[in-house]
Amino acid sequence: MTSVADRIAGPPLAADADVIAQGKAAAQVAAPAVALPAAGERELRLDLFRGLALWLIFIDHLPPNILTWLTIRNYGFSDATEIFIFISGYTAAFVYGRAMRDAGFVVATARILRRVWQIYVAHVFLFTIFLAEISYVATSFENPLYSEEMGIMDFLKEPDVTIVQALLLRFRPVNMDVLPLYIVLMLFLPIILWLMKRSPDLTLALSVILYAITWQFDLSLSAYPNGVWVFNPFAWQLLFVFGAWCAQGGAQRMSRILASPITLWICIAYLLFAFFVTLTWYMPQLSYLMPRRLEQWMYPISKTDLDVLRFAHFLALAAVTVRFIPKDWPGLKSPWLRPLILCGQHSLEIFCLGVFLAFAGHFLLAELSGGAGLHFVISISGILIMSAAAWLFSWYKHSADKSGTRSKATSGNADMAGGGA
Amino acid sequence: MNSVSGPILGLMVLTGLLTAMPVRGEDAPAACEVPDYLLASESTLGKVENAVKNKQSLDILVVGSRSSTINPNANSSEAPAYPARMQAALKEKLPSVAVNLSVEIQAKKTAEEVAAGLAKLMEGKKPTLVIWQTGTVDAVRSVDPDDFRTAVDDGIAALQEAGADVVLMNPQYSPRTETMISVPPYLDNMRVVAQQHDVPLFDRFAIMRHWAESGEFDLFSAYRGVELAKRVHNCIGVALSQFVIDAAHLGPPQQN
Repeated sequence: MTSVADRIAGPPLAADADVIAQGKAAAQVAAPAVALPAAGERELRLDLFRGLALWLIFIDHLPPNILTWLTIRNYGFSDATEIFIFISGYTAAFVYGRAMRDAGFVVATARILRRVWQIYVAHVFLFTIFLAEISYVATSFENPLYSEEMGIMDFLKEPDVTIVQALLLRFRPVNMDVLPLYIVLMLFLPIILWLMKRSPDLTLALSVILYAITWQFDLSLSAYPNGVWVFNPFAWQLLFVFGAWCAQGGAQRMSRILASPITLWICIAYLLFAFFVTLTWYMPQLSYLMPRRLEQWMYPISKTDLDVLRFAHFLALAAVTVRFIPKDWPGLKSPWLRPLILCGQHSLEIFCLGVFLAFAGHFLLAELSGGAGLHFVISISGILIMSAAAWLFSWYKHSADKSGTRSKATSGNADMAGGGA
Repeated sequence: MNSVSGPILGLMVLTGLLTAMPVRGEDAPAACEVPDYLLASESTLGKVENAVKNKQSLDILVVGSRSSTINPNANSSEAPAYPARMQAALKEKLPSVAVNLSVEIQAKKTAEEVAAGLAKLMEGKKPTLVIWQTGTVDAVRSVDPDDFRTAVDDGIAALQEAGADVVLMNPQYSPRTETMISVPPYLDNMRVVAQQHDVPLFDRFAIMRHWAESGEFDLFSAYRGVELAKRVHNCIGVALSQFVIDAAHLGPPQQN
């Protein structure tokens, strides 16, 4: 049995030199089989679960329907956002950490900033779509029952302020909070990596301290017109840094803990507990079973500040997952999981597409007054479109852009390797 | 994850179907039907109970924002909104008691702004029961949920201090604006505060969503007339009257 750490960490540090060498070789040669060297080293589980997170985020952004029951937020405290941020931290640290060792701090920072810019542009693009949708609703929807809710359109009255605030990432419509968080986290990635090069454990400790300070002193970023960022970067950085720490060999050092049956049982017990608690949310009939004292201590479970219960739930899920799905799990090669993996490999594009499709799906549902049937069709079509798009993106990368890669390979490699969103 | 959640998923989907189906079946014939669990509350309305049992009058004050009225013009009262419907239903169910209602619409005010004025409002009116409908304005303006919670907390404390029973009412279910307004944090916080103060929470959101899902009302509708709003408010008023009667232990449950 290979060590658990191997399964999480992908190539452990010792093997990194090889990876780098291969990566370089791939970059320099840019042979016809451009994908192969990288793919050989790729941690497919990361792609798989990031793809899964993207699907779940898409489904969660649609109004509740039968598929919503398949998303993990119904079975515990954490949801797809945790998976997404953790894996993003992991892959970003893996790719740009390599770049930092390879090409130095300045070059790695430059590449990270370019990635930040891409995410920012994607966010602004989504905002434009949101503006179109909300303007349409504002002009076409006038149900007196909801005259109060229509107050949300008020910002259309002063687009000058709103749009500038949106560009400053302070005005974020619903469902558009993940990318701003990601932008901020990526902005700090150079510092995180620089610290990690010295001491990963110290970096993680600092991150935990920042998290604790955030809870103690209510640190937050203000939003426009009021309120705070829905995902507080001061709190959510913990997951991102934890992901980075795992990528930098932390997972390997945790291997003994992860392999222990005690850990497994604690995790399973906690997951079951969370499952039961969540059950009482969806079936209020059961809520009398919940001890009142426990409820008072536990609620509210803050998503904004990444509640400890959520973080712990994610850890438990991750621990159980790496235990039962090894790195060389044959299913990873299965054609059935291929769409998920492809989506995970193009996460920024697919994430944006998912947000767009959720808007579009919502729009269709509203216009056609569709029932559960249409809802189901929209959800499934969305997932199919996301998968097809992911397939198209990898076709572009591996076939259509092949001639381009030759010259750009060295500089573009970090992004190509999935370093981004 | 997969290996654990596989069977659980199946179980959940199954239980989801099982619980959803009978409800749907029952619902079709009668209007305004609300499943029992959506009207159940562990918290009680002791002062209302006393007032009614001593054959006194029941003075109710509804404090709300614009979703407590139908007319865009807050002060006109052409179409009866849920407070008036509730009053009518209570009079019917409690014939021996004089049910008096006053409505205080504070349009476009956040919970914090309303809470600040509650003590003063109570000085003048001295109601037995205050129904405080809040959350929508805060959700629309995305007020910090923590601040919102504090405000609701303060508001309830002020109302209880003034000697009234309190029912908290959460925002409407509004499918059309679901992608624009994030309501869940406010729902959660209201549930928490209600629990802390042992105050019954009238879950308007869940009830309306239930009606939307059961096909009772098409809440997606872009219909501009006032008919739908009237029917919805009527049903909310009836459900609310039942909720108050149950929470005050006045007579056996009449619905279902």
